[in-house]
Amino acid sequence: MQMFPLEAKQAVVRRQGKVLVGPIDLTLQGQGVTIVIGPNGAGKTTLLKMLHGIARMNAGSLTWACPKDEAQKRQGFVFQAPVMMRRTVIENIAYPLRLIGVTMAEARQRAQDWAERVGLGHTVKQQATMLSGGERQKLALARALIRNPDVLFLDEPCASLDGRATREIEEILTTAAADGTRLIMSTHNMGQAQRLADEVIFVLHGRIHEFTPASQFFAGAETKQGRAFLRGDIVE
Amino acid sequence: MANLSFWGGLVVFVYCYVPSCDLEAITSVLGCRDPWPMRSKPEAMSDLWSGLTQAFWLLVTLDADLVEISLRSLRVTLTALLIASAIALPFAAFLSVRRFRLRRITIAVLNALMGLPPVVVGLVVYVFLSRSGPFGVFGLLFTPTAMIIAQVIIIVPLIASIAHQSLRELWGDYHDLLISMNTTQFQRIQALLWDGRRALLTAALAGFGRAIGEVGAIMIVGGNIDHATRVLTTAIALETGKGEFALALALGFILIALAVTVNLLIHRLSHTESEGRW
Repeated sequence: MQMFPLEAKQAVVRRQGKVLVGPIDLTLQGQGVTIVIGPNGAGKTTLLKMLHGIARMNAGSLTWACPKDEAQKRQGFVFQAPVMMRRTVIENIAYPLRLIGVTMAEARQRAQDWAERVGLGHTVKQQATMLSGGERQKLALARALIRNPDVLFLDEPCASLDGRATREIEEILTTAAADGTRLIMSTHNMGQAQRLADEVIFVLHGRIHEFTPASQFFAGAETKQGRAFLRGDIVE
Repeated sequence: MANLSFWGGLVVFVYCYVPSCDLEAITSVLGCRDPWPMRSKPEAMSDLWSGLTQAFWLLVTLDADLVEISLRSLRVTLTALLIASAIALPFAAFLSVRRFRLRRITIAVLNALMGLPPVVVGLVVYVFLSRSGPFGVFGLLFTPTAMIIAQVIIIVPLIASIAHQSLRELWGDYHDLLISMNTTQFQRIQALLWDGRRALLTAALAGFGRAIGEVGAIMIVGGNIDHATRVLTTAIALETGKGEFALALALGFILIALAVTVNLLIHRLSHTESEGRW
């Protein structure tokens, strides 16, 4: 069943009286990689969480083309600081499958397969809490991708990673995108945005400032703030 | 009346906080009887020493009575611990993942009940189990079962409270991930109980420590009947009352040794200190 378009109408997220995001009107179509950029505190994380459905909306609506519970099952989310469950690496990766009733043996086998795909094959028996930052991100990616989600949200998956780890993760993401997974990802890294993006959402002060195809955005943003952000100026 | 409680409070205060204060002086002023007449300090030291040697010989010769009451102590407390953990741990996990209206109050009450006085628990259980009480027909009073019931009531709040403290933290870590993965309430509780098992072990061991050393409640509901409900703690109370200080001390040392051994054994079996960072 078709999930897209995803439509947000006048969506607002407030916390303690402060508007973090919104009101937002946004329609996302079913293909490609959407990159969310913007300065710190602009509301990128909240926007992603809201679209994913784990940040409660205070106003407005969010509708998928399919029923809501159906849509929830077909999404994944990778957090900026990945949550390591206190288990071994393979158990972490297999966990989402165990949740939907896949047998232990099969879940482990598929987890092993994914661990190798993301380059964690040698660590499967380790405790996940002992992994390094880059390995944690890879684990989180494998864990999010193992259910073959149609949509994957990523909240700065490469923050505080070095070039090599970043490249490895980008490779995994490109493969996933080529396999038809819709990626919606926030980043601070302009180079990464240019490498991956098909379309760009520029967020400022909790609102969508610009939403354009990547080529157009990087060739010259429509708004003054967008151009300033591209130049690397400080946008406030 | 107020005057009396003031002076009583003062005496307690002076006795508790002035280290050099002489209890005999206070009690003689108040006209009370000295509970330990004629005993001097060197004799108390020799009690300690002969207690140790007696404990040693009781252990080496595997004294039949000693083995019996030690095993009964273990059986009663471990059974109570199992039942209490089966109630308290899932409840603690439930309190962590579920937000409901009376949650805060429940947690506050649970914390308060950690300090439940065992004697009062014993008394209440006694009333319920006595012939004329609501559960009198089961004839449980003065049986090990009654002791188990009393201990379960004493340690459930303790285990649940300690377990909740650590599970709440773990839930803080897992919250976003498990919600994002679309887990059911039951799956969340499962994940917390499994991944928090080491912290839960600590909670259970705290419950064990309280139960094995407890005397007030099991004395009342068990009755300290020889070969039926006598356990280490009630035996110690009895021997102390009889003036058999050395034997009482011997039993005391054995009780401590038992508690330490069980703790070490459980830690050993669960690899608590050897794996991971928790």
